[in-house]
Amino acid sequence: MEHFQYFIELFLGGLTRGSIYALIALGYTMVYGIIQLINFAHGEIYMIGAFTSLIVAVVLTSLGFNQLSIIILASLIAVIYSSAYGYTIEKIAYKPLRNAPRLSALISAIGMSIFLQNYVQLAQTSDFVPFPSLIPDFDFVEPFAHIISTQEIIIILTTAVVMILLTILIKFTKIGKAMRATAQDREMALLTGVDVDLVISVTFIIGSATAAIGGFLIASHIGMINFYIGFIAGIKAFTAAVLGGIGSIPGAVLGGLVLGWTESFATGYISSDYEDVFAFALLVLILIFRPAGILGRTTAQKV
Amino acid sequence: MFMTFTILVIKVDPIQRSVSWRWENMVMVGVGSFFLSFLWRYAMARKLAGNKNMAEGKILKTTIIQRLMEDPKLFRPALIFLAVFVVAFPFIFSHYQINIMTTALIYVVLGLGLNIVVGLAGLLDLGYVAFYAVGAYSYALLNYHFGLNFWFALPIGAGLGCLFGILLGFPVLRLRGDYLAIVTLGFGEIIRLVMENWNEFSFGPSGIANIPRPDFFGHEFSLQNATIFTYFIMIGLALLTIFFVNRLQNSRIGRAWIALREDEIACQSMGIDKTKTKLTAFALGATWAGMVGVMFAAKTTFINPPSFTFMESAIILSIVVLGGAGSITGVILGALILSLAPEYLREVREFRMLAFGACMVLMMVFRPQGLITNVRRVYKFEKSPDSKKEQNL
Repeated sequence: MEHFQYFIELFLGGLTRGSIYALIALGYTMVYGIIQLINFAHGEIYMIGAFTSLIVAVVLTSLGFNQLSIIILASLIAVIYSSAYGYTIEKIAYKPLRNAPRLSALISAIGMSIFLQNYVQLAQTSDFVPFPSLIPDFDFVEPFAHIISTQEIIIILTTAVVMILLTILIKFTKIGKAMRATAQDREMALLTGVDVDLVISVTFIIGSATAAIGGFLIASHIGMINFYIGFIAGIKAFTAAVLGGIGSIPGAVLGGLVLGWTESFATGYISSDYEDVFAFALLVLILIFRPAGILGRTTAQKV
Repeated sequence: MFMTFTILVIKVDPIQRSVSWRWENMVMVGVGSFFLSFLWRYAMARKLAGNKNMAEGKILKTTIIQRLMEDPKLFRPALIFLAVFVVAFPFIFSHYQINIMTTALIYVVLGLGLNIVVGLAGLLDLGYVAFYAVGAYSYALLNYHFGLNFWFALPIGAGLGCLFGILLGFPVLRLRGDYLAIVTLGFGEIIRLVMENWNEFSFGPSGIANIPRPDFFGHEFSLQNATIFTYFIMIGLALLTIFFVNRLQNSRIGRAWIALREDEIACQSMGIDKTKTKLTAFALGATWAGMVGVMFAAKTTFINPPSFTFMESAIILSIVVLGGAGSITGVILGALILSLAPEYLREVREFRMLAFGACMVLMMVFRPQGLITNVRRVYKFEKSPDSKKEQNL
């Protein structure tokens, strides 16, 4: 029985962790799907989202708002700010390079990521900052509190909702159709009257918004943030995106969950020192044996 | 302005629940972004004009250094002056200066090594520092356990670097460019994390201290002389690397790398073994990193895992990018700028990484070929009447 409970704890821990990875991976996968670029700065946007929500939360607390309005406002402003960052990054660092070799865009993305990391480090602080726990505990969770907390439930639910919303957006709306068209063939989409620039901007904005939600949730779950969280989270989210098959939205979520469970079980049953090593090793193995991912289809290279 | 508002202006302290408003930063950002936006527009306009010029076939202006390189009358005295300066350097300047210069040279060689992988073969390696760490640790551990001296460790470090390069390269080189970048990045982190956590093997985060400096046939130097000696070894290593890379660039395999960078499919159809060629580039780059790693351990006499973070890889990469991928003089210049500038501009040191990041983006957008463009060998057809057109192409 004890074993079983330990297993359940690890399982739910992995689920929470995986949901966060999935939220960030969604942005990766969308951007990659459309412009075939690994947006290295995506993790940094997540970090900026976490920082913005922290700042807003503290300011509002000092002004004496009540808890619910703080949560809503903090996450809303974080989303707006991150989207603005995502939009600007795309305009500055990626748009001029759209027709350049992919290596250039990739290096530019890495440069952007380093820039943003150090920008936040200099403008804020290089230390870990404690994050106030904003999300209240619900009463009905009380009996299960030793297994799963309210925050974890909210994280899992949010991921599910965001995934469903995105799927609807892409499948059934006009902009979603335009996105799919751009992902398939940019020039052809341009010819049929799709505003490709707009579509790419919207993709970046949506991706950044999901990253900001992820940043807000994980920060209030773990309770600590610093300027460096974006880097590791970014790599892991990329792992998740590749794991599920890059470019596919359910794939990103599935990949995030698989990665979360792997880490959770591996740290629980093997050793906690090597937590990040497991994630990276999984990434290397997946890329070697199944580069297209779990849900991805292998596409033949165009000549 | 709107974007930078929260992070720059408001600094919160959640522990004390205090909020400090920093309006003075806001003014700076406002003024700064106003001027920067003008600069940005001007640069974009120039870039577009440049593209048009290229399309019309106008000859681009050559830089001073390129002219210096091409004209033997100027080139030889410059080279001699440089050689004299390099030899005289340790006797003119202080101990501290020599140390800085040795570090700069380490970056020169690392940059040249990565240049083989990124510049020539076009494989983005973000875990280059892992091979560097392999070299450094192999010297430190071999010395600790078996008392091996520097000169034996140098080839062993190089060999181990090469071995790791092949081990990693073999499975991952089939992947496309951007996946390769991520895998190498992951590998770099794995190596660092293993070094940090495997206490019995690598002494964990505390690192290894008291690594002996290089000796000269068993003769040990005083601290002052050892620094000078290390400097000269580094000069030698740098010269060897320059010679080697230079010869490599125009060899059969060097040309195969460049061709592979430009077009993989065309290359395969010309009968170039893709995997093998890439693997050679990868392994050679790793060999160099391993060798410099040994050198680094011998110079600092102390190594620990935080010396080998992703940031270090990023610095080396920005050296290559800044200098101009594929160009040897460019990479040397880039390495010297990037490693010496922070030392002499100490007041603004904390902005170093910020500037690196910005540099990488701006270079890619405005000058993807780097400070010094790599001059390709051009075969001239003297007899054909339209030879001039051919050269311009």
